[in-house]
Amino acid sequence: MKISITVTFKEDVLDPQGKVVKQTLKNMGYNNIENVRQGKYFEIELNENDRKKSEKIIDDICKNLLSNTVIENYKINYNK
Amino acid sequence: MKSSVIVFPGSNCDRDIKVALEKFQIKNQMVWHNETNLPKCDLVVLPGGFSYGDYLRTGCIASKSRIINDVIEHGKKGGLILGICNGFQILIETGLLPGALLRNKKLRFLSKNVFLKVLNTNNSFCSNYKSKEIIELTIAHNEGNYFGSKDLIKRLEENNLVAFKYCDINGDIEEKSNPNGSLNNIAGILNEKKNILGMMPHPERLIDPLLSGEDGSLLFKSLLKS
Repeated sequence: MKISITVTFKEDVLDPQGKVVKQTLKNMGYNNIENVRQGKYFEIELNENDRKKSEKIIDDICKNLLSNTVIENYKINYNK
Repeated sequence: MKSSVIVFPGSNCDRDIKVALEKFQIKNQMVWHNETNLPKCDLVVLPGGFSYGDYLRTGCIASKSRIINDVIEHGKKGGLILGICNGFQILIETGLLPGALLRNKKLRFLSKNVFLKVLNTNNSFCSNYKSKEIIELTIAHNEGNYFGSKDLIKRLEENNLVAFKYCDINGDIEEKSNPNGSLNNIAGILNEKKNILGMMPHPERLIDPLLSGEDGSLLFKSLLKS
């Protein structure tokens, strides 16, 4: 099973890198950019066919390693 | 007093802290991160550096190393733990201290001397400082921007768990004297039992008048008393 995970800062956490990317895009002439948030992306291949079990494993992985839930949110996407 | 300095791949202040501890007659041993048993000691130090190349998040991979279970146990039993710089980041990732350390607000690695106000002297690390004393220490970090929810910051302030704040030479705690964007100018915090201290500045770098100052010495002298 292939799973992709995106980790981003929560809304009320300052993301200085995202801000710089946004400013740079504006400087390049993209005037309609309203906001940019930078994050991390993971692709995981899991040897588990049971969807329920894999959901549990992936959620644990996200909470315990891939994100710091004080400052970050994560989104999980199950690919075929 | 006996101490253990935990050494991770990428630690680079481990020998400095060893020299500092030994200068103040603390019997130290170095402990490799892959060990599973923490030697009997009163103090564990998590040194500064770039453990595991700061992969994923600063301190994150180190916080899952084999020795850490024993370090957490030591802290929960009331044993002293000092985390300096990357050590502070590791303490946060283990959950022994609350909050998070984000990238410096201006995205620059900072390496300079700063003034700090000592705000809690009622603990094993700071008892030799005078209350509200202004001291000068060195910072050297890229992720020292302390962050926490409004409730957490309120709890830290109300329970006097903020050990150090960035200030100017007169002791004024202002935005201008905040090097990295930390909420409330926080530079170091204690846990509720006050046996665990995490701080971004490096006391081990200021223990000798020939090497720019001695303001870090009192921290080690405080430890000796405890």
